[in-house]
Amino acid sequence: MHTPRFQFHLDIPLLGGLLLVSAVGLVVLYSASDKSLDMVLAQAIRLGMGFGVLLVVAQVPTQRLLHWIPWVYLGGILLLMVVLLVGSVGKGAQRWLDLGFVRFQPAEIMKIVVPLMLAWYLADKPLPPSHHRLGVALMLVLVPFLLIAKQPDLGTALLIASSGMFVILLSGISWRLIINTVLLVVVGVGVLVYSPILERALHPYQLKRIEVFLNPEQEPLGAGYHIIQSKIAIGSGGLYGKGWLNGTQSHLEFLPERHTDFIFAVLSEEFGLIGVLVLLSLYLFVLTRGLYIAASAQGTFDRLVAGAISLTFFVYFFVNIGMVTGTLPVVGIPLPLISYGGTSAVTLLMSFGLLMTIHTHKRLLSGQL
Amino acid sequence: MDSYLILKNALRESRLFKNRVIVAWLVVVILIGLLVARLVFLQVHDHDHFTTLSKNNWLKIIPSPPPRGFIYDRNGVVLAENQTSYSLEIVPEKVPDMEAMLATLREIVLISDSDIERFRRAVKRKRRFDQIPLRFRLSEEEVARLSVRNHALPGIVISANLTRSYPLGQTGVHAIGYVGRINEEELKDINQADYSGTQYIGKTGVEKSYEAELHGTVGVQEVETNVMGRVLRVVKRVDPTPGANIYLNLDVALQSFAERLLEGERGALVALDPKSGGVLAMVSIPGYDPNPFVNGIDADSYRELQHSPDRPLFNRVLRGQYPPGSTVKAFVGLAGLEYGVRTPESRTWCPGWFSLKNDNHKYRDWKKTGHGHMDFFHAVEQSCDVYFYALAQDLGIDRLSGFMHRFSFGEKTGIDISGELTGIMPDRAWKNRRLGTAWYPGETLITGIGQGFTLATPLQLAMATATLSMRGQAYLPRLVFAIEEANLQQMRLVSSQAPTQVSIRDPVYWQTAIDGMEAVIHGSRGTAGKQARGLKYRMAGKTGTAQVVRIKQGESYNAKKLAKKYHDHALFVAFAPVDDPKIAVAVIVENGGSGSYTAAPIARQVIDYYLIGRLGMFGGKYEPPPPVEANKATQH
Repeated sequence: MHTPRFQFHLDIPLLGGLLLVSAVGLVVLYSASDKSLDMVLAQAIRLGMGFGVLLVVAQVPTQRLLHWIPWVYLGGILLLMVVLLVGSVGKGAQRWLDLGFVRFQPAEIMKIVVPLMLAWYLADKPLPPSHHRLGVALMLVLVPFLLIAKQPDLGTALLIASSGMFVILLSGISWRLIINTVLLVVVGVGVLVYSPILERALHPYQLKRIEVFLNPEQEPLGAGYHIIQSKIAIGSGGLYGKGWLNGTQSHLEFLPERHTDFIFAVLSEEFGLIGVLVLLSLYLFVLTRGLYIAASAQGTFDRLVAGAISLTFFVYFFVNIGMVTGTLPVVGIPLPLISYGGTSAVTLLMSFGLLMTIHTHKRLLSGQL
Repeated sequence: MDSYLILKNALRESRLFKNRVIVAWLVVVILIGLLVARLVFLQVHDHDHFTTLSKNNWLKIIPSPPPRGFIYDRNGVVLAENQTSYSLEIVPEKVPDMEAMLATLREIVLISDSDIERFRRAVKRKRRFDQIPLRFRLSEEEVARLSVRNHALPGIVISANLTRSYPLGQTGVHAIGYVGRINEEELKDINQADYSGTQYIGKTGVEKSYEAELHGTVGVQEVETNVMGRVLRVVKRVDPTPGANIYLNLDVALQSFAERLLEGERGALVALDPKSGGVLAMVSIPGYDPNPFVNGIDADSYRELQHSPDRPLFNRVLRGQYPPGSTVKAFVGLAGLEYGVRTPESRTWCPGWFSLKNDNHKYRDWKKTGHGHMDFFHAVEQSCDVYFYALAQDLGIDRLSGFMHRFSFGEKTGIDISGELTGIMPDRAWKNRRLGTAWYPGETLITGIGQGFTLATPLQLAMATATLSMRGQAYLPRLVFAIEEANLQQMRLVSSQAPTQVSIRDPVYWQTAIDGMEAVIHGSRGTAGKQARGLKYRMAGKTGTAQVVRIKQGESYNAKKLAKKYHDHALFVAFAPVDDPKIAVAVIVENGGSGSYTAAPIARQVIDYYLIGRLGMFGGKYEPPPPVEANKATQH
């Protein structure tokens, strides 16, 4: 009898990449938080918990998860509706659900569940999906998008929508369809920006964000200030940066989010273009590994999930860095694994756990046949 | 066969998917490339530009707070202004040893313990590079002493600010209000960008209700500073728009005259212009000096004001709710005429008491022996209670109350500062809602003479009186007369809206009511007849005495035996000249005893001073009236 030895399911390269990024994050955080060991410790603990979750998730083969997914998705939708109705209000938005002993944002859960749900649905029948199934898939994305956008949390809503769209894109719909849709979206956005419809659909502060993005000099006391200061910080970093701990004194004084959304500016200022390229390489490495895992995954479900997770990770850091450099409008997306803050890092690491389990739980074809 | 197909499909799917992944990866790389290009642009191409801005010269965005608008009375006397004052501020980040610094500073200038307290609390709350104030209103000598040592005091800044100042102190404090430092609650409600650099916000009175106009719009300066923080040059500037100046309807001479008359008492006086609703005087005594509130009054003084039994912080004009007593009688009588329950000639027999059917309880008239045959005119002139008991009973509470509501009893007058209360004008529905019990007929009777549940503010009394004097033309009371915008050349008048008209069945009845009130002063038996002495014009009014304590059946009110706080309130309402009213007044002296003895003389002097002294009518030389010989406190 062949007793299977206990195998610890782990993908070393991915784990290594993530740990390196986290380490860089802690180093930069120390500077951005004005040398607050408390903050760094808190973040390290959070990351530790995240990695713990990652390791646990990595041990569970995706088979086991399959039939839970639609239920969790449904539950998530219900929770989102509850949030809209009764969620406790903080910072002018309804995102949290306070159950007394725990407080969480249902949107966080949806970040993982939506792509899983879409993969579950589309993987059920052979790809590419029929028009009918495509329509249903779009609905599965649209509903949580609208519920979250209404909170209002446009940033997270867009993120979730994009991760869902990645699944759809990867599911093999024709290139022509993709290109047509992209063109439609670009034209549509262009039209909307110049028409009054957008004014009525968005909240005033969101409109302000777009205006400020297009012309930050216009709002020097309010929203445009972040961008102006951020660009100065980044630009003044130059090639080699000013050195660790040497940047925060004055420039980012007026940048309140410097240990969260704008932490990239701190890194750029202190470590220069070199430092930025190092971070981008690490991110690219993690991303590539993720896509490799997707390409070599078995089964449609695993492939779709792995692909979506990797590409979503890309969107995270691309949007954050784009925002901080003034290339994209400000949407509150944190820099993955580096920005200070809890839930985001944990859910992200959880999704990487999924990547690992997909990679390490491959059935050997020879064993089956 | 099957497994071959499955394998073939699986391979095909896998290959298709791999293609997609490769395409995705390429797109990602391109996008990252764009990002890197952008970063290279910022960090290499424009590196020098940004370095200049950051290393040797800082780019700072400084808000230019707008100077706050001034507040004037109707003649241009300054009531609220901004004065330059210097404050001592510290930037904690630049101070190597805070404790040593504080000790050093205390040797140079006077710094109190509460100043240090407040400073420490602010340090915790704010950022280390913020300028945190330690002491305000430095004298010129103190500024000099600090400046001389400037080089040895790193992180110390002497900052010039405009501080709000109220040169007249207590005068008109409840109307004008004051500003104070913005607190966290208020921070949530304002547009913070607009208030950057501003430290004060209106807290009460006109300062608060007209905050938007007084504040102006913030300006912005983009400046280059050097490492020490000194401004080298202004890169860009948008000037602030100063706040608008506000002119009040208040006549400060009249206001302080009235305040002096009420000195030593607790009470209120409000004077309105019946033809516009303009508030000529708004007096609530005792008052307080608003100046300490601007930068934060110390806790002890504040506690003293808060806990004083005379309640100086309380605006009695808007929020003092008193039983109006007999001052409502003309209105009640008018209700009788309106509903056809009485005619001007109808007479009621007054034996000195009144009883409901099948009830022994005697509702007493203040004159025990009774007034005899009373019609509307004489009932108002002599303030007969029985006439109005009977009338109230015949009207019924709901009709009576509904009619009184037309004069704003039980409702807000809508004056242009906040905080006004509605008083109470009870009816069946009200009692059911508030007390859950049914209405008793006896309660109707006492409502007819302004007692019972009825409560009114001095403002309501004045407004009702003004409306009556103008035969039903009711103007919204307004404290503010005009707003002078900074950038415009002219003044914008805060036009009172067109008056609403209280309409009654037969306009002739207005005259009946006015005649009755005129007789209160000029009639042979008027309850305020003493005021007619030396009066240069015709005045109409009504005395009122509001019970504070219930007198048991069979007992009598003996002022000497009761503690002052149980003495009746003294009220008086009046307007003059009768045929062309220029001023309407409501006075209340808490625990003043008798309306005619205590309140009427005050109203008369105020009206004299206004018409003769301020408007220059009837000879234009104001003289105080001949003294009234001391009289036993006659009711009403």
